[in-house]
Amino acid sequence: MTELERYKYDVLVIGAGGAGLRAAVEAREAGLRVAIICKSLFGKAHTVMAEGGAAASMGNVNSGDNWQVHFRDTMRGGKFLNHYRMAELHAKESPDRIYELEMWGALFDRTKEGKISQRNFGGHEYPRLAHVGDRTGLELIRTMQQKIVQLQQKDAREYGDAQANIRVFAELTITEIIKESGKIAGAYGYWREGGNEVLFEAPAVIIATGGVGKTFKITSNSWEGTGDGHALALKAGANLVDMEFLQFHPTGMVWPPSVRGILVTESVRGEGGVLTNTLGERFMFKYIPEVFKDKYADNEEEADRWYLDQDNNRRPPELLPRDEVARAINSEVKAGRGTEHGGVFLDVSKRIPAEVIKKRLPSMWHQFYELAGVDITKEAMEVGPTCHYVMGGVEVEPDTAAAVGVPGLYAAGEVAGGMHGSNRLGGNSLSDLLVFGRRAGMGAAAYVKSVTAVAVSEASVKAAADRIQVPFTNSGGENAYSLHQELQEITHNLVGIIRTGSELKDAIAKIADIRARSKNVSVAGDRKFNPGFHLAFDLDNMLLVAESTAKSAIEREESRGGHTRDDFPGMNDKWRQVNHISSFNGQEVIVRQQALPAIPKELFDLFDIHELEKYMTPEEIAKGGSN
Amino acid sequence: MARKVNLRIWRGDSTSGSLQNVEVDANEGEVVLDVIHRVQATQMGDLAVRWNCKAGKCGSCSMEINGKPRLACMTRMSSFEEGEEITVTPLRAFPVIKDLVTDVSFNYKKALEIPAYEHPADLGPGEARMEQIDVERSQEFRKCIECFLCQDTCHVIRDHEENKKSFAGPRFFIRIAELDMHPLDMLKNRKRTAQEEHGLGMCNITKCCTEVCPEHIRITDNAIIPMKERVVDVKYDPARWLGSKIRRREGS
Repeated sequence: MTELERYKYDVLVIGAGGAGLRAAVEAREAGLRVAIICKSLFGKAHTVMAEGGAAASMGNVNSGDNWQVHFRDTMRGGKFLNHYRMAELHAKESPDRIYELEMWGALFDRTKEGKISQRNFGGHEYPRLAHVGDRTGLELIRTMQQKIVQLQQKDAREYGDAQANIRVFAELTITEIIKESGKIAGAYGYWREGGNEVLFEAPAVIIATGGVGKTFKITSNSWEGTGDGHALALKAGANLVDMEFLQFHPTGMVWPPSVRGILVTESVRGEGGVLTNTLGERFMFKYIPEVFKDKYADNEEEADRWYLDQDNNRRPPELLPRDEVARAINSEVKAGRGTEHGGVFLDVSKRIPAEVIKKRLPSMWHQFYELAGVDITKEAMEVGPTCHYVMGGVEVEPDTAAAVGVPGLYAAGEVAGGMHGSNRLGGNSLSDLLVFGRRAGMGAAAYVKSVTAVAVSEASVKAAADRIQVPFTNSGGENAYSLHQELQEITHNLVGIIRTGSELKDAIAKIADIRARSKNVSVAGDRKFNPGFHLAFDLDNMLLVAESTAKSAIEREESRGGHTRDDFPGMNDKWRQVNHISSFNGQEVIVRQQALPAIPKELFDLFDIHELEKYMTPEEIAKGGSN
Repeated sequence: MARKVNLRIWRGDSTSGSLQNVEVDANEGEVVLDVIHRVQATQMGDLAVRWNCKAGKCGSCSMEINGKPRLACMTRMSSFEEGEEITVTPLRAFPVIKDLVTDVSFNYKKALEIPAYEHPADLGPGEARMEQIDVERSQEFRKCIECFLCQDTCHVIRDHEENKKSFAGPRFFIRIAELDMHPLDMLKNRKRTAQEEHGLGMCNITKCCTEVCPEHIRITDNAIIPMKERVVDVKYDPARWLGSKIRRREGS
């Protein structure tokens, strides 16, 4: 075994997607030394897959937009289970975060007046998404990647070393966050390339590891979405909030099998795409829920007119929040009106000229043409739900992104919970990671300046090192690839888009069984760039996440947003007041109830009382906000 | 529907390696990366390959397939003849780490050498105004997914390790072009430094980079050639260079 590499930093950022990079920039600009850990190469994070745009109420296209409208849309989308303070900060600060990117060199699409253009998206009342064609995530990542390069160039000039104060550790996996005397002291991991181990000592750790999609069989997520940060946080003593809420994006590719799950951006519907079943019926009109009836057109004529005149017509139901559309597609397919591959049709070719489609949806055209042999300027796409996003995540203090209960630990982006309630609106993820990435960087910087760092003990180092060795010393045991596939079958079949109590019970037992067997995973080959070895650690994380999701899901006896119970259809006002908090006792995940923070009067008053009556109990309405 | 295919996969590391034959199932609609993953899950658990999005958006699974630089996730198995042997090897321009994974750190070093975007000091948040037609030129280059296939195929460095020091490669020529054409960028002399510091002059426009670009960026026609032409212009006509910068600022 080669000698342990040791580093000391002020702030360690785990994850190099949008949230992690934004946090790193903030902490560095606060004068601190920052390390960024990337599981893959720098610039490849799952953020590049975000297509549609970043929601920010700049009001460039419709001047009626402002943070209050964005806040209302976000709360509605989340079925009022959002942490109000996160939704408020997000709505207020996202325009500034977009302008900031522009000042760092980002080139968003423009309006006729030369301002940043904004597009329509599901659940957003006004055109709100700053975008670059349908590759907005790539623009965000690249802009922040280049911002970090700029900071490094500055350090190179001042200190003669580009990596003096901010360094990217690419292709490195963190296996453990280390605490000493109850506070964050650092983290331990290994280089994926060579397998040699690394210790980071840092008083603050920011988790920005993204999502959990790879826990599921059909997902839009890349291999990195294995819930690492969720699991690391649990093991470090932090809580996860509302892990039952997973977003199944309504439109993933369904054919051919190798591309099943790959995202078809919501912009296709934003630009005028319609959903039809095999009878040729534009079925979404049948699925407008009561709470949205006054905002969505109930006939084709009005829906079509909306694209030309948004002030005097209601929106087409294809633009309902994602959970509604996903359930509708699921129902159509179950009723036998789906395609032979288990999807429905999504068509833009009849409404938009071919050259406009290629210009506004270039990656979609490319993706279908190259991977499915379908020309979307001439024919319909086949689409169906795909696991896309986890609303649940690390319980944080909204203003600082500090993880509740663990001094020195922070979380931002998809790995943090609360912001999106039970369902996230499209476009709110890119803005979320900018707003809370920055806040995590600020929070961690303030914390680091107020404490003295604690050293990592040799006992902690040894424990972490021993754990990494386990898959190599196990003999004749389980195969991580097969266990991963088994887990994906279970989550897909029993914890998927439609759930029931008995199946969830079954899932919990089966996940526990895989977890027991996963202790015997053994790995072929050596440590050098060995995917089997890497998967052994990812698997452990995914199992903990799946357990948390299944155990939260069985408790919540209602259907809301990204959690649908066949045995408890419909929302229940009482359940709206409940967050599920997952914690880890070293053996298993424990789920308990906690009261959702009540919305203060000034935010309560932003809503029409009749709308709130659809979500809140009469007692809450009578109280009129918490202060 | 599954058919058997023969794959020859290069396995080894920086010290030695060889092509190994495997027979593996391929299903309808699959791409080369699917088949490599099946080999990994069933026959070679420690086969090293990079990949992330599997949708042609991240540029991680770059390798050479039958000698051509390709993304494994965008190369459909149906593009090969029945019975055709498929050979997958690591990128040739970069040092091998293991199997199909190479050390691409050269590119990150070059990225550090390109001076960053410089925003006009007098333009605050939200004040920028740019025409769509003006941002589109740079947007074409910002589609780059950094798969580095253009770097791999470029003959200036593919078999000439000695040129790497003074040559940034096509990926970074489009980065320079992108900044040079950015309607707001304030840094001067980008074209000249492309020529004098980043090796633009070593490119003799064979367009190999354009041919392998999975994003269909017209690297040679839209970035390299215009910069070469303008380098000639600006080198001999400083007034014209100055005029172009002033016009641009007024228009913004």
